[in-house]
Amino acid sequence: MNGSGALRNYVLVGLGFALMVAALYMVFIYVPTDKETGAVQRIFYFHVPLAWIGFLAFLVVFVCSILYLMKRAVKWDTIASASAEVGVVFTSLVLVTGSVWAKAAWGIWWTWDARLTATLVLWFTYVAYLLLRSYVTEDSQRARLSAVLGIVGFIDVPVVALAVMLWRTQHPGAIIFEGGLVPSMLFTLVVCIVAFTVLYIMLVVQSTRFRNMEADIRNMKNTQAD
Amino acid sequence: MKGSLSKVLAIFWKDILLEIRTKEIVTSVLVFALLVVVIFNFAFEPETAAMNLVAPGILWVAFTFAGVLGLNRVFAVERENSRLAGLLLCPVDHMTIYWGKLLGSFTFMLAIEIIITPIFLVLLNLPLFLPRLVLIVVLATLGFTSVGTLFSALAVNIKARDIMLPILFLPVVVPVIIAAVEATALVLQGSPWGDMLTWLQIMIAFDIIYLVVATLVFQYVVEG
Amino acid sequence: MRIPTMNETEPILTTWAIEVEALCKSFGNNRALSDIDLKVGRGEHVTVFGPNGAGKTTLIKILSTLSKPSSGTVRLDGEDIRNDPVRIRRRISLVGHETFLYDDLTVYENLRFYGKMYDVPDLEEHIHEVLSRVRLKSRLHDRVGILSHGMQQRVSIARAMIHNPSIVFLDEPEVGLDPQAVTMLRDVLKSINTPERTILMATHNLKQGIEMGDRVVILNRGRIVYQASREEIDTASFQEIYEHYTGTGE
Repeated sequence: MNGSGALRNYVLVGLGFALMVAALYMVFIYVPTDKETGAVQRIFYFHVPLAWIGFLAFLVVFVCSILYLMKRAVKWDTIASASAEVGVVFTSLVLVTGSVWAKAAWGIWWTWDARLTATLVLWFTYVAYLLLRSYVTEDSQRARLSAVLGIVGFIDVPVVALAVMLWRTQHPGAIIFEGGLVPSMLFTLVVCIVAFTVLYIMLVVQSTRFRNMEADIRNMKNTQAD
Repeated sequence: MKGSLSKVLAIFWKDILLEIRTKEIVTSVLVFALLVVVIFNFAFEPETAAMNLVAPGILWVAFTFAGVLGLNRVFAVERENSRLAGLLLCPVDHMTIYWGKLLGSFTFMLAIEIIITPIFLVLLNLPLFLPRLVLIVVLATLGFTSVGTLFSALAVNIKARDIMLPILFLPVVVPVIIAAVEATALVLQGSPWGDMLTWLQIMIAFDIIYLVVATLVFQYVVEG
Repeated sequence: MRIPTMNETEPILTTWAIEVEALCKSFGNNRALSDIDLKVGRGEHVTVFGPNGAGKTTLIKILSTLSKPSSGTVRLDGEDIRNDPVRIRRRISLVGHETFLYDDLTVYENLRFYGKMYDVPDLEEHIHEVLSRVRLKSRLHDRVGILSHGMQQRVSIARAMIHNPSIVFLDEPEVGLDPQAVTMLRDVLKSINTPERTILMATHNLKQGIEMGDRVVILNRGRIVYQASREEIDTASFQEIYEHYTGTGE
C-alpha cells in the first residue's frame, strides 16, 4: 500500500477514535437524563445512528450493485459485500437495542409500525443477500446475482414502509420512540451520528482492503502455479 | 415487436402444453394449498367470530406458500437437458423469455387460486359470490409472479435452491400480502368499494414497479 | 462491404466465418482459455481435439454466445458477438451433450417450438424436411422421452438445423452413444456437411474427427498446441501426434 493511502488510513482511524470518545463522553456525561423514561433513554443516542447506518449501508449496496452491472469492475462488488456485512451487524444491533429500549421505557418488546417492520424486512434482505453470496461459488456469477438482489431488495424497503404505514392507520398499535429533543440532546445525537458514520466508513474501507489483499494473494499463487 | 409477442406466446404455450402433459405443478401445489387451508382450520376454533377475522390471513398464507412451491418449478423445468441454454441460444430478447415465463406462472397460480378459493369459502361458511375478490386475487398474483419469476430464475442455479427461493421472495412480497389480506377482509365484511381503494392502489403500484424492475434486471440473471 | 485500409493484406472478399483473437476466459482463479487465435473460413470444417478439461466446451460456449469471454474478440460472419448477439444467433446453432429438448413433449412439438423461436417460415415443411434428413420422420408424434439416446441426439440435430444456420457448433455429439448410433450420427453429420455451412466440432473420436474435418486443431490446457490441415496429416500417425501434444498416452 502506498504512502498516501497509509496516511489516509491513519487519519481516518484517528478521527474515528476521537469522535467515538467525544460521543461516549457526550452520551454518558454531558447530556441530561430524560425526564420521561430515565437513564435507559441514552440507548437512543446509539440506536438512531445504528439505524441510519443500517440503511445507508444498503443504499451503498444498491448503488454499487448498479455500478457493478454497468461496469463489471470487481471493486464495486467488493465494496457492496463489505457494506452488506457491516450493514447486517448494525441492523441486528438496531433491532436488539430498539427492543431493549422499548421494553425498558414503554413495557413492550416490539410493535408492528412502519419503521420497525421496514427495519426487520431490511434485516431479512441483508440475510438473503449474504446467504446468496455464500451459496454461489463462482466469482462473476456471485457478483452478478447479488447485484440483482441488491437492486430489487433496496426498492422493496420503502414499499414495505408505505404499506405498513397505511396498514397502521387501520390497526393502530403502540406508539413508541416519539417525543421532542432539547438542543443539548440534538447536539449529542448529531455527534453520535457522525461518529458512527465514520466508524462505518472505516469498517468498509478496511474490509475492502483485506478482500483486495486476499484477491492479490490468490492471483499471485495462481500465476506461480502456471 | 410483433415478433417478440409471438415468441412470448410460444414460450407460454410450451409451458401450458408441458403442464397439461405432466400435470406436475397444478396437482402438487393444489394439494398443498388445500392442506394448508385445512390445517389452519384445525389450528383455530371453527364457527367463531374470531374465525372471520383470521380467514383472509389463512387464505393468503396458503396462497403464498403454495405460490413459492409453484414458482420453484417455473425455471426448474428448464434445468434438465440444459433447456435454458437452448432458449438462450435462440434469437430472443431476455425480456421475451421473462414475459413468456411470467405468463405461464401467472396462469398456473391463478388456476390454483380459482379452485382453492371457493373451497375455502365453503369450508368457512362464507358467502360464495364475491366478484371483488377476483380483482384482488388477480392483482396480488401478478405481484407474486412478477417477483417470483425473477427469483425463480435466480435461484435455479444455486445449490440450496429450494430454501433460497422463499428467503429471497417472502420479504419482497410483504406489501402484497398486507394489501391482499386487508382488501380480502373488507370484501368479506361487505364494505363498500371506496374502503378497498388504498389497498388496490398499493397492489397496482407494486405490480407496475416490479414488472418494470424485473424486466430490466432479468437479463443479468440469465446471462452466462 | 468492407473498405480496405492500407495495412490489410487479406483479399477484400474474405470475411472469416469464425474469427477469434486473443481470447481468454477465466473462472475466478481458474484460467480455462489463454490467448486463443483462430480463423475459420466459410464452408470450412474444423475439428477440435483435446483431453477433458482442455477447454473445448468452454471455447464452444463462448463462440455460440452462451458465455462471455474474459478478454479478446470473437467475430462470427464478420460481426463482433458483443454487438448484437440476438441477430447473430439466427445464423448459428449448437449441438451438445445435452439435447435442449423437452422430454414430455413430442418431437413435433419440440421442433415447432424452436421453429417459432427462430422465426422459421413455412414451419411445417421445414419440420418434415429436417426430420427426414435425420431419418426420424416416423417418430414425429412420439414423446421425446421415450426415444433412445441416439435418436434424441438426432432430434437435437434436427432442432439445430431447423433455421438453416450457416455456422454449426458441435460439442462431442457422440458422447453416450452406442457404436450403432455413432455410425448413424456420422451419416447425419455428413448430410449437414454442405459447402456453404461452416462447422466447428469438438470430439474425442480421432478417426471420425479427421475424416470430417478440413482442418484439425488440438487444444490442451486452454491453449491451441497444434493446427494442421487434413492433407498434412497422416491418419495413422495422428494418434501419436495427439498423445505427444497433450502429454497423454497409454
